[in-house]
Amino acid sequence: MRIACPLCGERDSREFSYKGHALALERPSEDAGFGAWDDYLHNRENPAGWTRELWFHDFGCGSWLVAERNTVTHEFGKVELAENVKEAMA
Amino acid sequence: MTELKALSPAAGLLPLEIGGAALREDEMRQLTLVAPFKGKEAALAKALEAAHGLRWPEAGETSVSGAVRLVWFGRGAALLMGGEASSKLAPYAALTDQSDAWSCLVLEGAGARDVLARLTPLDMRDVAFPMGATARTEVFHMACSITRLAAESWQIMGFRSMAKTLVHDLQVAMEGVAARAS
Ligand SMILES: [Zn+2]
Repeated sequence: MRIACPLCGERDSREFSYKGHALALERPSEDAGFGAWDDYLHNRENPAGWTRELWFHDFGCGSWLVAERNTVTHEFGKVELAENVKEAMA
Repeated sequence: MTELKALSPAAGLLPLEIGGAALREDEMRQLTLVAPFKGKEAALAKALEAAHGLRWPEAGETSVSGAVRLVWFGRGAALLMGGEASSKLAPYAALTDQSDAWSCLVLEGAGARDVLARLTPLDMRDVAFPMGATARTEVFHMACSITRLAAESWQIMGFRSMAKTLVHDLQVAMEGVAARAS
């Protein structure tokens, strides 16, 4: 697998480590209630197909990335800096 | 006061010459990590130009002015090598002296690229990694910085605490490439 880091270009997947679904960027407010926090911390979809994930380019530039990945083919789609994704959410 | 004797990170381990590749320790230089504060990138670039005659490097680039180099060193950071950072940069960037933190090696020779190919997943072809190109990447499970200095010369920087491991891994790869060639 190769991942196109927006800063470093296309790199071997061994330079990256995987965090989990990009849902982690959508932190609920403190008073959001038990259900919202339960979903945020524990409950995940398990799609056969495209999903959005957080990857860390730890052996490269040190960026957190939001990457689209197809869980069936392991094909990567759009890869963005998590910083930009987070700013766009604000 | 006690006079302490400075030792370079790879003291006693280098130089090595095996087959078509040679590995030596680069001279010790002053190293300052320059990390622009949020929103101060443009102001820092101006100050760098004025104080050092250096352009802020884009990802994967090196900027050179005389003996001083500014090497892209990851997201939002570059390493100033071979000179003291001007205090005029201080309002716009975090400046951290890292002179003692890195071991700087130089791998060169006709076989150098084949040695690197055994250790890093980086694309080392001329089109992908021309002169002056730099990358943060993996060198045999260690996070390193590789910069192309000349046609057959690459600078490899690893954490000082892992200098012996870095030299060992490079030596094993050099021996492997030499054995293949004979
Ligand atoms: Zn990267």
